[in-house]
Amino acid sequence: MALRELKVCLLGDTGVGKSSIVWRFVEDSFDPNINPTIGASFMTKTVQYQNELHKFLIWDTAGQERFRALAPMYYRGSAAAIIVYDITKEESFQTLKNWVKELRQHGPPNIVVAIAGNKCDLSDAREVSEKDAKDYADSIHAIFVETSAKNAININEVFIEISQRIPVLEAAGATSARGFKLGRQASESRRTCC
Amino acid sequence: MEDPAEPPLPGPTAVEQSATLEAEPNQNADPETEESEDVDVSAQSADIVPDEANGNNGNNGTDCSGEFVVTMLARSNLEEQAVGTEGTSSPLSEDIAEEAPPLQSHRDEDVMAESWRQHRKHVFVLSEAGKPIYSRYGSEEALSSTMGVMMALVSFVQSGDNMIRSVYSEEHTVVFLQKGPLVLVCVSNSRQSEQQLRAELLYVYYQIISMLTQASIARIFEHKKNYDLRRLLAGSEKILDGLLNLVDWDPSFLLAAVHCLPLPSSLRDSLSQTLQKAITPNLVFSILIAKNQLVTIVQEKTVIEDARLEPADVHLLLNLIGASSAFQAGEIWTPICLPLFNPDCYFYAYISYLDPPECTVCLLLLSTDKEAFYAVAECKRRIEEAMVAQNSLSLIAKAQSYSVSQVGVSDLRHFMYKPFDVPDNHHQLTQFTSPEMEAPYSSDEEKMRLLDLYRYMHSRIHSSSRPLKLIYHVAERETLLAWVTSKFELYTCFSPLVTKACAITAITKLLRWIKKEEDRLFIRYPPKYSTTPNPSKSSRKSEQQDSTDNGFMSLL
Repeated sequence: MALRELKVCLLGDTGVGKSSIVWRFVEDSFDPNINPTIGASFMTKTVQYQNELHKFLIWDTAGQERFRALAPMYYRGSAAAIIVYDITKEESFQTLKNWVKELRQHGPPNIVVAIAGNKCDLSDAREVSEKDAKDYADSIHAIFVETSAKNAININEVFIEISQRIPVLEAAGATSARGFKLGRQASESRRTCC
Repeated sequence: MEDPAEPPLPGPTAVEQSATLEAEPNQNADPETEESEDVDVSAQSADIVPDEANGNNGNNGTDCSGEFVVTMLARSNLEEQAVGTEGTSSPLSEDIAEEAPPLQSHRDEDVMAESWRQHRKHVFVLSEAGKPIYSRYGSEEALSSTMGVMMALVSFVQSGDNMIRSVYSEEHTVVFLQKGPLVLVCVSNSRQSEQQLRAELLYVYYQIISMLTQASIARIFEHKKNYDLRRLLAGSEKILDGLLNLVDWDPSFLLAAVHCLPLPSSLRDSLSQTLQKAITPNLVFSILIAKNQLVTIVQEKTVIEDARLEPADVHLLLNLIGASSAFQAGEIWTPICLPLFNPDCYFYAYISYLDPPECTVCLLLLSTDKEAFYAVAECKRRIEEAMVAQNSLSLIAKAQSYSVSQVGVSDLRHFMYKPFDVPDNHHQLTQFTSPEMEAPYSSDEEKMRLLDLYRYMHSRIHSSSRPLKLIYHVAERETLLAWVTSKFELYTCFSPLVTKACAITAITKLLRWIKKEEDRLFIRYPPKYSTTPNPSKSSRKSEQQDSTDNGFMSLL
């Protein structure tokens, strides 16, 4: 079975639940008192998709402002970006739009964008309507889901949808689209651009 | 330029005590000995130290400011209440805060509540424009006018070409530290000395620098005087909270020395070699930590020649690791500045646990190249493989702190021993050793009481006006003896009825025991490596052998 490495980065405001989503996906657990991420945290998980194995190389970035300048390092060469907002915080949805803009301008051209409205278990405190978010996601051709890392809602689904959207490998040995990073060598040879 | 992170060395008045204690303990000890059974209470005195440039003009604010700050702080709180700026507090919250404070996060604390005032040590950070940056307890917004008063005090004294350093009231000591565009204030009723509190504020400053660098903070405030630095520190408050907690509980900060995990030297050496072999260009420090204690540090050769890793930088790194989520499978990659090494530059730190899911053994690799993650992660895999092959993890798991009973000196309850640099080996990281705190110091309350006694002894030994070499202190429930020589600094705690002569004999025994165990208790020869090929490879071996005689304890 062919193994493909897919670099995925998570972006979004601090405290929206990026790490919780990753932790739910990778370890299937949840910690309500998780500490804020510093810098970025790297994890992998391999899942089967049709007749391929997809190894997700996940870069869970810190949402704090002071790490903002580092983001290009993580989305550069990414096959997909999951941009997360908190459905109970309107502000985090605005931040999400800025991330979309930044990816448009500086991100890889073929990057698959997924928008995740996290904390959907807290719908009582909702500030961002599902329809608005969905309309926005459609307008930029992004995957859209509302998720709950706490209750394990739609977490695996995000990654499955990413797998579906990743273009199939054209031919063996061909260096695939620029949106892919194939392992360590590729990243080492890549020059600094920021 | 003062540097309170380094404990001041005994001043010129302190005569070198080179003779051994064993020979004539009493004669040697007496002239330098101070028997004290009461704790000084320096109440109601304000201490505003004039700038050097402006010797005698410093009296403007002196007489009134003790009262002044207290009333001003009180008044500002009243004003807050009147205006109702403390948005977080509901009519109910005052009661809740008093009934069940542990349920509330420190951030949400009601700053009007008595419980807020009762905290042992408050720490505030503000900008020169008086903007709140950090408060240990309570939200910064709710405290904005309190911080405004603090800034008013600082500027008021500054306008007379002076610098406010501290204010003493009956119960509290208020200490100020100005560093660049930041003002740090500590309000404490812990009875710690001003120097100690200022050193703690400096750690807070360094931790902020470690996140943002000194250069960028200066740049930000140059550009915009009233910038809200909380924007950049948002989400990092826990790191500062964690630091202040460590400062209170971990004597490493008081001693400005690193506590390493006791390990057989053969194991430590083989671990160092493992780290030394797994290197990549631009990797400068490889640090192995177990149970929050240092196992070994390996440094790039060219780096070690012009600078060494300071204990304070290691403390900040350990705190960072403690405050970041222990992601079991995750590998962290983050910029971090080591303020004493270079306050203006970032290193890139790779942090990963080697023993998931326990997460007690942590590898920290520091590179100067921000793109080096994959190369550095590969080093980790090599280290992991080697450690599995040598079964190192289970050996480290067996290692633990020791009990004071192993020393075999009756009546000795606890001690802290910090050897100074060996002259021929001046790149050595300053370390100290200390046994577990055991009964009667097992409860948090008793632990803190012992730590407070140590802090008191430390402040007497390092008093700027009257430094001492030796203190024999009979306290209510124990007897303490602290001793500083050119070779070491030692704090010991005995059961209450020990006589001075007994204590001194016991210390002689203790020093012998440490001498015997020093290979296990300390990192003796921090290894070096070179990431650039270097012909003089053989020099290190011979160096090691030469220095064997220069043990920490050549005194005995």
